[in-house]
Amino acid sequence: MPLRKKVDTPDIAIQEETQIKPYTMNFGPQHPAAHGVLRLVLEMEGEIVERADPHIGLLHRGTEKLIEYKTYTQALPYFDRLDYVAPMNQEHAFALATENLLGITVPPRGQYIRVLFCELGRILNHILNITTFALDVGALTPALWGFEEREKGMEFYERVCGARLHANYFRTGGVAQDMPAGLAEDMYEWCEELPKFLQDLESLLTNNRIFKQRTVDIGIVSAEEAQDWGFSGPMLRGSGIVWDLRKSQPYEVYEKMDFDIPIGKTGDCYARYLVRMAEMYESIKIMKQAIEQMPEGYVKSNDYKVSPPPRAEMKNSMEALIHHFKLFTEGYHVPAGETYAAVEAPKGEFGVYLVSDGSNKPYRCRIRAPGFAHLQALDFMSKGHQLADTVSIIGSLDIVFGEIDR
Amino acid sequence: MDNFARAFFLTEIVKGFLLTLKYMFFVPRVTINYPHEKGPISPRFRGEHALRRYPNGEERCIACKLCEAICPALAITIEAEPRDDGSRRTTRYDIDMTKCIYCGLCQEACPVDAIVEGPNFEFATETREELFYNKEKLLENGDRWEAQIAANLIANAPYR
Repeated sequence: MPLRKKVDTPDIAIQEETQIKPYTMNFGPQHPAAHGVLRLVLEMEGEIVERADPHIGLLHRGTEKLIEYKTYTQALPYFDRLDYVAPMNQEHAFALATENLLGITVPPRGQYIRVLFCELGRILNHILNITTFALDVGALTPALWGFEEREKGMEFYERVCGARLHANYFRTGGVAQDMPAGLAEDMYEWCEELPKFLQDLESLLTNNRIFKQRTVDIGIVSAEEAQDWGFSGPMLRGSGIVWDLRKSQPYEVYEKMDFDIPIGKTGDCYARYLVRMAEMYESIKIMKQAIEQMPEGYVKSNDYKVSPPPRAEMKNSMEALIHHFKLFTEGYHVPAGETYAAVEAPKGEFGVYLVSDGSNKPYRCRIRAPGFAHLQALDFMSKGHQLADTVSIIGSLDIVFGEIDR
Repeated sequence: MDNFARAFFLTEIVKGFLLTLKYMFFVPRVTINYPHEKGPISPRFRGEHALRRYPNGEERCIACKLCEAICPALAITIEAEPRDDGSRRTTRYDIDMTKCIYCGLCQEACPVDAIVEGPNFEFATETREELFYNKEKLLENGDRWEAQIAANLIANAPYR
């Protein structure tokens, strides 16, 4: 007995060619080239991308809402977990916003330490981005070597705050603790050696024909488009616009630093790679200057209503002990008002819009993540490109889902 | 012409291999044989929690609950009662290590240096329940790591 029943197939002649829907493909969230948990729904016409639809939210943790239920001190560690590739830059934005509302200034040494570690964060971020970008387009070696230098940078993080990634080091009014003795010297030494590594990295990529074939003229963003879509950071500078918050509205001691803003000309993936590469050299310059110019003195505000008193004082003085207890239970009250503080994070403009109702917890904390603005442009950037080019574009966008999904 | 020469002689491959050989023979090895060798950690390292004791064996914690109050992840639970000798001590001190975000605020808050985040980072377990630490486990950690924790605290004292 035949297993399948025989069915009479009707004789229908196909009259005309019918247009079928483009093939819909799911890219991610488990795809290694999706850089985290990006789920991309691609409508394909053969190998050509017709439409790219990023689905986000798989890493949503409700950070903004969570912060409304935490005191200002407690909210700070959550900023490490946004863009976990360069944690201290995120903390910086929140610390600046709180300081704006409180109207306190950071002692000079604290400002220099902040600048030093923000630039270290920029280098860590760009090393990760460039090497994994190269990995996406087929070069394995840079990622293997790059992580060695990155690890050295994270060791500095660990020495200063006790954690390689989730630092919780910047505090309102300064930084948590002074840098341990010897760290500045070691960092300076690392800054001297890093260019050698970067040159090795460049020699593998910049003139490599496979890398160029995969990146040149891919995902071109014109200057107008970049502005219209709210780009910032290397994405904007790759399209030839000179815009850097460190120069245009200098915060901390960036005014005193001598550095240049590298820009790209073509606005393609290759230009963005070149911008990031050049930015690392500039960051090294800033780090060296920060170490050279760093004054002695306090690293955090002396106002014990805001920052906890030193331990020795807390043990001996009743008043300091009361401040200590107040700060670690109730926290400090921030005057009612609203503010927006933005920093030039490695990925672009990272901003915190903070509304205070005068209590010890933020009334609202809106986080402006640069990656979010960049990801929405993925559709027009990858339209008409091949599937493999979408991977290059995602790599050059430098997205981290911690900050996009928040 | 230049492009042609580069394409013809495969300069990228030659360059890449030269770099590989350089790193293979002339650059010192950076990888470590992990379980046997470990990377250096600083005195500030924030690892597994421990409750410390005074040298005479008395536990340091006075149940002020500052750590419980500051913990952003609400990982710490404390219950306290006066002991028979009249001193106030914890009857329960639990840390949910799965909730903890290792921010170090508890050790900053502690006025008597009782709760500290020690140098140990190898406390992975096979079950989730084993990570719900109670007072007994925390004190045991303190006893085990005391020498190193005390050294770290002394090293870091000028900065706190």
